[in-house]
Amino acid sequence: MAFGPFLLLALLEGTVMAAVLALTAVGLSLVFGVMRVVNVAHGAFFMLGAVSAWFVTHWMPGPPFVGFLAALILCPLFVAALAAVADWTVLKRLHYEPEATIVATIGLLYILEQAALSLYGPEARPVAAPFTWRIQLPWFGYSGYKLFVVLAAAAVLAAVWLVMTRSRAGLVMRATQMDRDMARAFGIDTDRVYAGVFALGAGLAAVAAVLIVPIQQAHYLMGGDPLLLAFIVVIIGGLGSLRGTVVAAVLIGLSDGVISVFFSPTLAKILATLLVALVLVFRPQGLFGARA
Amino acid sequence: MKALGLHLAVLAALLAAFWLLPPYHVTNMARIMVLAVFAIGYNIAFGQTGLLSLGHALFFAAGMYATGLLIEQTGLATAPALLAGLAAGAAVAAAVGVLALRTGGVSFMIVTLMFAQAGYLTILYFGGVTRGDEGFTIARAARAIGPIDLSADMPRYMAAFALFTAGLLGHLALTRSRFGRVMVAMRENEERSRMLGYNPFTVKLAALTISGLYAGAAGAAYALLFGYVGASFAAIQYSILPLLYVLLGGAGTVLGPFVGALLMFYLIEVASGLTTAYLMVVGFALLALVLFAPKGVMGTLRDKALPWLP
Repeated sequence: MAFGPFLLLALLEGTVMAAVLALTAVGLSLVFGVMRVVNVAHGAFFMLGAVSAWFVTHWMPGPPFVGFLAALILCPLFVAALAAVADWTVLKRLHYEPEATIVATIGLLYILEQAALSLYGPEARPVAAPFTWRIQLPWFGYSGYKLFVVLAAAAVLAAVWLVMTRSRAGLVMRATQMDRDMARAFGIDTDRVYAGVFALGAGLAAVAAVLIVPIQQAHYLMGGDPLLLAFIVVIIGGLGSLRGTVVAAVLIGLSDGVISVFFSPTLAKILATLLVALVLVFRPQGLFGARA
Repeated sequence: MKALGLHLAVLAALLAAFWLLPPYHVTNMARIMVLAVFAIGYNIAFGQTGLLSLGHALFFAAGMYATGLLIEQTGLATAPALLAGLAAGAAVAAAVGVLALRTGGVSFMIVTLMFAQAGYLTILYFGGVTRGDEGFTIARAARAIGPIDLSADMPRYMAAFALFTAGLLGHLALTRSRFGRVMVAMRENEERSRMLGYNPFTVKLAALTISGLYAGAAGAAYALLFGYVGASFAAIQYSILPLLYVLLGGAGTVLGPFVGALLMFYLIEVASGLTTAYLMVVGFALLALVLFAPKGVMGTLRDKALPWLP
């Protein structure tokens, strides 16, 4: 294949990756922005979304798209409910202290991964794509489902943005983010806001996972890479800034796609992790963050 | 005086354990003592100076790989390779510290985590030399210092015991020194210490470097005593492990890291005998610790009964 089409393929793969990454990272960014909690278990919620999608599609009768649609609705709800319970039973009782919550979410990560290993098993299992159209380009055919992933992710992100900027729930969340005590003085139940934000963040990771699972297969350790990349994206975009997170996701997704295709995935990850460390050291507000 | 006596008594008990315990547990104890040195190093950074690092696996692996690769690739003698491991741990910690200590709080945790992850991936990337995840074993002949064969039971236990003794007494001396108090001051109130004329950056950098020296020593010793070097020792789990030991034993106490390593090792041992889901046990242990006993075993003991405990 000539260089041009090869680059196009790399960019397409990068776009799919960027879409899923943006969803996962926006979830992480919301939780950090509003609650100031670094959620190490975010990757585990991602993995739970994928694993539960396998269970739903496996037991749902009918053609693949029925099962997939059911998974796309049920799995994020299930994961969000689990996250709300975790917030209620653990994080709330730690008063959201940064260091204690990191240790607690590490504990949560181990529990969830072990639960998945025990209940689901060590195998990677495929989930059938809801449809198998191919788009025939002059040089190669490309999966129509992958393009659907990009569109669906964009739609969900737009919905999150609308909720955050236009709805009452978004207003309450932003108020809590700016000044928790003041929000409480105005009669906002911040405990409920925190539980809701934690559930929403985990739910977004689960949506991303359900979308990617027909491409990637579900495995109990699949949460590690998304967690690391989501961290990278959130930091480069500026902690807590949604717009910066999306821009950074596109940037990292595309460059990861290109570097992985032309060089080595490991090298791409080494460069990305070092970039994050250096951004945090020399430009702690992130590349796009405005807050000093 | 009471404190010194207690620590010497613990050391004496450990020495006697070699003859009293069955062979299986003797090997376990050697492993625990090496891991406890790693945990003591972590305690100097986290427990005393308040630096919550999530990247100590990098320092452990630096010591382990420096020693292992020098022996395997260049055929260097064992003793200088061991010293190179110590130096590597301290040097890597100092280099990371120079950059990471410009940040604080949550950023510091993520920066150390990212550096450690980059280190782990680098080990995988140069798989031709490091053999990646699979790792490599160090030949029995190369695991001897002079006439002492470190792969035999008795010398191995005694080497681990000597390393642990040096680590524990060094930690005790550091805690009681002026510098140790300055480190605690940094943890308790950085602004105020700055006002008193201490430079937080140099104090923290020194603490992190000493911490890296301990981690490098533990890594190098682990490679020599157990003969295996692998990338899994550089992974995130080995950054979490010392944190877990220190939290369980009691952050900021001198005996805490050892108590934590001992309890956690046998908790996992017993749990994996009962169920294959031992990670679940680790997870619940972490949750229970932060929820119900944030001060750990020795920290609670100091609060409730023994106020003189260092």
